[in-house]
Amino acid sequence: MRFAAIFLCSLLILPAFCSSALAEPDVSRAAQVNFGRDVWPIFEQHCVGCHGPEQQEGQLRLDTRATFKRGGVSGPLARAGQDHHSLLQQKITTSEVEERMPLDENPLEAAEIEAIAQWLDQGAVWPEGVGVQVEVTEPHWSYVAPTLPELPPVAQRGWSHNPIDLFVLARLEKAGISPTEAAPPAIRLRRVYLDLIGVPPTVAEVEAFLAEPTTAAYEAVVDRLLASPRFGEKWARSWLDLARYSDSNGYQADQLRGLWAYRDWVIDAFNTDMPFDQFTIEQIGGDLLPNATLSQKIATGFHRTTTCNIEAGVDPEENRTNQIIDRVNTTATVWLGTTLECVQCHDHKYDPFTLEEYYQLYAYFNNTPLEVENTNKDGVRFDFYGPKMELPLSQKQEKKRAGIQTQLQRLREDLKKAETSALVGLSDWQRDLSSGKISPTKQLPAEEIKQLNNILTKKRKLRTAAEKEQLKESFLATQKEVRLLRDRVARSKNALQKTDPKTTLVMVEMDKSRPTHIFERGVYQTPGDRVEMGVPASLHPLPDGAEANRLGLARWLVDSGNPLASRVRVNHLWAEIFGVGLVASAEDFGLQGSAPSHPQLLDWLAATFMQEGWSTKRLLKLIVTSATYQQSSFVSAEGLDRDPDNRLMARGPRFRLPAEAIRDNALSISGLLEEKMGGPPVYPPQPPGVWYQTGRGEPVYKVAKGVDRHRRGVYVIWRRAAPYPSFVNFDAPDRTRCIVSRSRTNTPIQALTLLNDEAYVEMARSLAARILAEDLATDEEHIVHGFRMCVARSPKVEEVRILQRLLEEQRRRFKEIPEEAEQLTGDVYLPTGVQRPDNTEEWAAWLCVANTLLNLDETINKE
Amino acid sequence: MSTFFPRKWAIDRRTLLGTSSIAVAGAAIAPLLPAQAKAQSDLTSATAAKAGHHKPRVKSVIFLHMVGGHSHLDMFEYKPVLQQRNGEKMPDELWEGLRLAFVREQPNLLGSPFSFKKHGESGLELSELLPELGEVADELTMIKSLQTDQFNHAPAQLLFHTGFGQFGRPSLGSWTSYGLGSDNSDLPSFVVMNTGSVAGAGNSMWGSGFLPTVHQGVEFRTTGEPVLYLSNPPGISRRRRQNILQSINELNDLHLREVGDPEIATRISQYELAFRMQKAVPELMDYSQEPAYIHELYGTNPGKKSFANNCLLARRLVERGVRFVQLNDQGWDTHGDIQAGLPPKCRQTDRPIAALIKDLKARGLLDETLIVFGAEFGRTPILQGGNKKRAGRDHHKDAFTVWLAGGGIKKGFVYGKTDELGFNVVENPMHVNDFHATILYLLGLDHKQLTYPYQGRDFRLTNIAGEVARDLLA
Repeated sequence: MRFAAIFLCSLLILPAFCSSALAEPDVSRAAQVNFGRDVWPIFEQHCVGCHGPEQQEGQLRLDTRATFKRGGVSGPLARAGQDHHSLLQQKITTSEVEERMPLDENPLEAAEIEAIAQWLDQGAVWPEGVGVQVEVTEPHWSYVAPTLPELPPVAQRGWSHNPIDLFVLARLEKAGISPTEAAPPAIRLRRVYLDLIGVPPTVAEVEAFLAEPTTAAYEAVVDRLLASPRFGEKWARSWLDLARYSDSNGYQADQLRGLWAYRDWVIDAFNTDMPFDQFTIEQIGGDLLPNATLSQKIATGFHRTTTCNIEAGVDPEENRTNQIIDRVNTTATVWLGTTLECVQCHDHKYDPFTLEEYYQLYAYFNNTPLEVENTNKDGVRFDFYGPKMELPLSQKQEKKRAGIQTQLQRLREDLKKAETSALVGLSDWQRDLSSGKISPTKQLPAEEIKQLNNILTKKRKLRTAAEKEQLKESFLATQKEVRLLRDRVARSKNALQKTDPKTTLVMVEMDKSRPTHIFERGVYQTPGDRVEMGVPASLHPLPDGAEANRLGLARWLVDSGNPLASRVRVNHLWAEIFGVGLVASAEDFGLQGSAPSHPQLLDWLAATFMQEGWSTKRLLKLIVTSATYQQSSFVSAEGLDRDPDNRLMARGPRFRLPAEAIRDNALSISGLLEEKMGGPPVYPPQPPGVWYQTGRGEPVYKVAKGVDRHRRGVYVIWRRAAPYPSFVNFDAPDRTRCIVSRSRTNTPIQALTLLNDEAYVEMARSLAARILAEDLATDEEHIVHGFRMCVARSPKVEEVRILQRLLEEQRRRFKEIPEEAEQLTGDVYLPTGVQRPDNTEEWAAWLCVANTLLNLDETINKE
Repeated sequence: MSTFFPRKWAIDRRTLLGTSSIAVAGAAIAPLLPAQAKAQSDLTSATAAKAGHHKPRVKSVIFLHMVGGHSHLDMFEYKPVLQQRNGEKMPDELWEGLRLAFVREQPNLLGSPFSFKKHGESGLELSELLPELGEVADELTMIKSLQTDQFNHAPAQLLFHTGFGQFGRPSLGSWTSYGLGSDNSDLPSFVVMNTGSVAGAGNSMWGSGFLPTVHQGVEFRTTGEPVLYLSNPPGISRRRRQNILQSINELNDLHLREVGDPEIATRISQYELAFRMQKAVPELMDYSQEPAYIHELYGTNPGKKSFANNCLLARRLVERGVRFVQLNDQGWDTHGDIQAGLPPKCRQTDRPIAALIKDLKARGLLDETLIVFGAEFGRTPILQGGNKKRAGRDHHKDAFTVWLAGGGIKKGFVYGKTDELGFNVVENPMHVNDFHATILYLLGLDHKQLTYPYQGRDFRLTNIAGEVARDLLA
């Protein structure tokens, strides 16, 4: 038998309640039915195929006493005093064929139904020894709210800086492993810079820290970095992956859309350390807050990032349902660490979520307008549509706009006057025209004169309004002053349009709500039962007074009773620092997800995060000041063998930087990085032909010439069909869907990118000029300086020697072939304050050194 | 260490293209640290050749996608009744509930304006637009009963390549690379070339979805640089590049000894591979040394962007052991004027496709290659719009024709059948999921076993469906 939805509570969560739910056997009645003889064979023959050891449809197993008692996602099959109304009875007797068990088979025979009914009537006793023996499962760990665990005892004194270290050390001691010593100060400094602000320390900053590498100095650095505006730019990146933020619609023509104000909102929220609960509420339901501010409305862009198909013949409703499904799935992934995708069509096979509950969540997002419109009502041409909000203009922009408006007003008045005074000559002109005195001109071609004369041959009274208008218009077009003024009006209108406020996409509720139905098999064209807004019963209830809308859902997501949100979020942050989360499957905390490596540490972090007011900065400070974090990332062959992925954290993190960080880091080292924040996306150099032209309204990639060439990766235009190619080569996703963790590959294409991409050659050129500009005596000193710019530490003698050999070799070759030096140093972008080196060959030779340094594994790794 | 590159080069010069390997690269680093050994085995396992689930019938696939949807009713599907009833109103029972991209009013039937002829011993029927393909008709298996769920380009293209009508899933080529790796370590295992603008689904048509990105299709561009960032910047000669790479790898090697992270060993290998690719890719792309009769056979246009050039390159790629080659050709979306629009498209493609079959056969490679000719959907048996002089067809998802050629399949064979007007399948329907299952089967992969764990679930190319069309197997 296969049990579909309709459930009261999941016994995974409340085993005590449910196990006590069955009645004691009623011994006073004659026991006509023997379970083992009369009922078990029915279960075995008809039910266990789908509800047995192999499959547990609806999480129900009917082959063991314990799991029978517990029931499946729809709750226990029988409760005390229910007998004939029990779920079991209902399921085998219902006339709804789609509900009736065994599913897709003939109903049970009358005698079989009777045997089960009597057995239920007798109290549904499942005697020991019948069926298979299994233990009742405890509720899955992640569905029980975290509490602050006790700190574990450790043997090694003096190593730990904060509770994080106690949990890590206790685990290491259990495994008989010692932690690694702290990384050298320069390495630690670079690590914490890259982790907190995504750009490396300058040589001067390294030197300042090396002069006094104390705990207090380190903490001061951490505080300074947390306060830097670069912090938000760094941490927004991974959130924007979760939010599937992009600057285009996806699909056929992949047109651009204006949503960057939301990206800037995220950066700002990180910089102001907006508490994560508030951060959540504003993004999910900011528009519904009382007196919602502009910023709170911008925040709802989180769910307007979905892809949108405007191809001919698209069904706007289908597009809308796809978008809602994406919103439900993304919300579940980001805040619940749960993959709900499969629940669109059927109950979750492993986790306690039903089909009905999926559409209850869907109902929260269902009150939205269509986002595609059939523009010319022909059923063919569709355009992107849906709620947009105008962004306020700056004072300067306001002033400019007002100026143009006044000017336009004045020009229009002048034009009117000019027309009125010119029209005095209309009748004379008409007379001349009909007597053939007016010869054709550019403004008045012969063809038009013929037309006008046709009108003039009619009697005045018989001329239509349109004909009169045509006469007037043709005459005015010959008047030079009118023409000039008309041109000026047009130009002024154009200029005014350019000062129109920019817009951003926001969520808006419709006045009239839409009913929500379950989609049979997930197909929107086959609506089933109607459902109302609601949250999964296996999780915490809605908080008191929660609004019946997205805002209520948002409050539920960050309610203190939610066992998942805090754990899932701290795990995201941990993964970004250590390369892998305490729960490795950061996107799945369900039964199929991986078990946490340090369950108590995870709970401690989750509980602390909430206690500390959901402050991201405080949590990150705890992590980066821990001894665990500051360990050297050196790994011995033995350590690698024992724990290749560093799950026990017996060493510090070492892994390749994400795509945008590789570029940010290199731009910073080369001195080119521009600190300008926010605004519309930018177009740094990329090879020609990457943006395909596929159809109408197609955007064009125009490479930036000024400041925008060298701004941080978070501002680079993100077109879904063709994201920035050097980012793609370093595993940047297309952001068509929510991405929890990016892959980290190591490919030859990456080598080619760093070696040859025009953008990186430009950086090498600038880095070489910067190295040369240092007032140092010898090649060796210059090499040491360049090396430290890239990786913070000083090079070893052997490392200097390799670079020195390269330098000398290239110097010699460029002297032999000076044209190559000319070619290599050609077109230049240099940072302010850095001179173009006089000696081109020398510069080119150093460029080869800089190209090498920017390609080092160490440069593109955090270690 | 300073002899590192020269030694490698000595090997390179002796080694024939396509036989050098990561192991050879590794041999240059001595002695191997345990970490390096591990890294190299990881790297090898990602893209090196591996066995599938059963004995493969073919080693590689050349997948030809006529972007927009070729008009199969004017090319492969002879419908005399449709021709007779040309201009009649479409039958009510077929119109009811039909959802089309552009057509909004009950339209008229549209018979093909082109004549059809039987070819070869098999008597396969092809239209007059495909004379050259007719010469190799006995090599083809026509599938006349393909069905898809989507009738808009981008979703249908996604379904056709990833088995799912929305973004985010791996494509057939990347599943193949994931399942079988590559026989050539100097070239990517999955190569894509485009003529015309790229389809609406963009690079998701060759994306790796949630599979490691090493399996994504690498686009070889046929004008400009074949692979993005492949060539050295002006002023950096190959020799200079070698000097720089030697320094990078020596420094990386020193650091590997210092910190022990096996990823560094992988990176060293990848820089070597990049250097080899800089040589191997241009050699591959330079087909000027091909004899005149080959250029004649394919009808190449050296120096231009052309489908014929890409067909020749496809042969050169599979010859070198590249697992999956995908050629996309834009311009088949004939909503209006099939008479004017279709013949030139057929002229551009007919000869090179026939040439590809002949050429592979002559080289004994046809038996180990599978050529797939297809599109995201077919076209309707009805006229779109009222203009009978410039008749066009809308998108049709319920029945369309694609074909296969190569190893492991019946030759000169027709699989599936549609009704007399070509609206619906009446025999052997084949969903895109079944189509994918069949292609994987021929490659030695079981679509039910080829899975990847992602977000708590084992994903397949064929979702929860897909059946191998055993009737068309040889």
